[in-house]
Amino acid sequence: MAVLEVEGVSKRFGGLLAVSEVALRVDSGRITALIGPNGAGKTTLFAIIAGFIPPDRGVVRFDGRDITGMPAHGICRLGLVRTFQIVRPFAGLTVRANIAVGMHLREPVRRRALERAELIARQVGMEAMLDTPAQGLTTAGRKRLELARALATQPKLLLLDEVMAGLVPAEVDEIVAMIRGIRDSGVTVLLIEHVMQAVMSLSDDVYVLNNGRIIAHGAPNEIAANGEVIEAYLGHGAAGRIEARSADA
Amino acid sequence: MKRRGFDAQLLVLLALGLFFLALPQFIHSSFWLGFWTMALFFALLGQSWNVLGGFGGQISFGHAVFFGTGAYMSAVLQVKFGIDAWTSAAVAVGAGALVGAFIGAVSFRYGLRGSYFALVTLAFAEVFRVLVNAWDFTGAGFGMLIALKPGAANLQFVDRVWFYYLILALVAITLAIAWWIEHSRFGAYLIAVREDEDAAQALGINCFRVKLAAITLSAALAALAGIFYMQYFLFVDSHIAYGPAMSINALLAPMIGGMGTVLGPLIGAVALGGLSEFTSAAIGKTPGVNLLAYGILLLIILRFLPNGLMGLFRGRA
Repeated sequence: MAVLEVEGVSKRFGGLLAVSEVALRVDSGRITALIGPNGAGKTTLFAIIAGFIPPDRGVVRFDGRDITGMPAHGICRLGLVRTFQIVRPFAGLTVRANIAVGMHLREPVRRRALERAELIARQVGMEAMLDTPAQGLTTAGRKRLELARALATQPKLLLLDEVMAGLVPAEVDEIVAMIRGIRDSGVTVLLIEHVMQAVMSLSDDVYVLNNGRIIAHGAPNEIAANGEVIEAYLGHGAAGRIEARSADA
Repeated sequence: MKRRGFDAQLLVLLALGLFFLALPQFIHSSFWLGFWTMALFFALLGQSWNVLGGFGGQISFGHAVFFGTGAYMSAVLQVKFGIDAWTSAAVAVGAGALVGAFIGAVSFRYGLRGSYFALVTLAFAEVFRVLVNAWDFTGAGFGMLIALKPGAANLQFVDRVWFYYLILALVAITLAIAWWIEHSRFGAYLIAVREDEDAAQALGINCFRVKLAAITLSAALAALAGIFYMQYFLFVDSHIAYGPAMSINALLAPMIGGMGTVLGPLIGAVALGGLSEFTSAAIGKTPGVNLLAYGILLLIILRFLPNGLMGLFRGRA
């Protein structure tokens, strides 16, 4: 069953067609990845889905409901939450208070929101840092906090924008395990990621965006062998050269 | 750790309450009674600013617009319409809140933030000052004078200590409101909006509504300060009510005491009052010297205590 359906979505910024006629579908209980070179329009597409930027054309449906043009806070309330590529912690607040802000979406009582923040912190391995001010966290810590805050809103669909960027391999492994755990707890995940090892091992389904268009869609192993995808990343003619070289060997 | 800070704060509030309640027993000069009354008045004004600027991060340079509306509305209702002081006060609080809601709706709808929002509030205060100064109905350049008719029914007291208790009660209410902000979902949302509006929105917070509620509450409290001022001095003119000096007074106490803290405005107001009296005594009543001292203190605090005097007592975790 589709949790998220995007149809014919386009967005132009002046002379730049950032997103063009994009269609994609995220199925319930799966991990879907959105990959593509820098500047492909991935983050713009996320912003459109989450209600931060209105699309020029097209429809976004969440849980069968048309959410195109809804404000971001309303979309979050329905159960679709995004994280930011450039992390945005509430710097002056502790980890606990940060998570509690997300918790408050479903929990009006302050004391209980602060208490239940611990459960989320445990889920992302931050229970030792609950009373640390967010501004004192490392990059890895901030990425986790971003994830934790989003989880605290108890979403059905989680949009993760490069939560692994800037992490060392050991940290990537931890966060991969976390995302699997989140999926297993019943949350559907759509993620933008450049760390290919993670994309390949995590995702059930991959979309490739290049110059604002979806150029490929399929299972991870299909995408890895797709000539057009290789060319998008490595330049024109790269797929042919790689094939020729592996034939030589 | 959280729990301990919480209890300590309640204890401090309790001790402060006892101190201020007992204070008149130890004051035998009208000068010192006036000093503490005005310090509490600036604490009230400062706390009203703190709700919006300290907790919500929406820095207003024109809080006089709400203060002045409270003062003028209560005066006009009493003088021109013969309405009793208490009813006038209630209506004036509502009028202040309404002006706050209007300015908030206009500026936040169009996404004004930071210095743009500050300038819009300043502009509104100036517009009100010019209008009130030009209009005969509001006393034009002369201002508004309420006739001296002592009695609790008229909110006028011969024994000035009752003004002290009145302002103490009002400050207690604002402290309770600030305490509630620190311990409620609304407050958590308001602080989240201050820290990062986009992140707040992504977590399901309707930032427009939160800011609108904050400015309405803040304006109502500033109007309350205006009403108290009116009853205390029985006189106001456009420069006092809507002039930039009152706007600066509103933001100075929380900035020096500690923005976004419960006790900051009170501590800042007392410190500023003390400093003003000290400079007057030390340097003489040369006009402007206390302002110079204010400025120097503000610079020192901004340089060494970015979290205000409250920063001395605790890290802002």
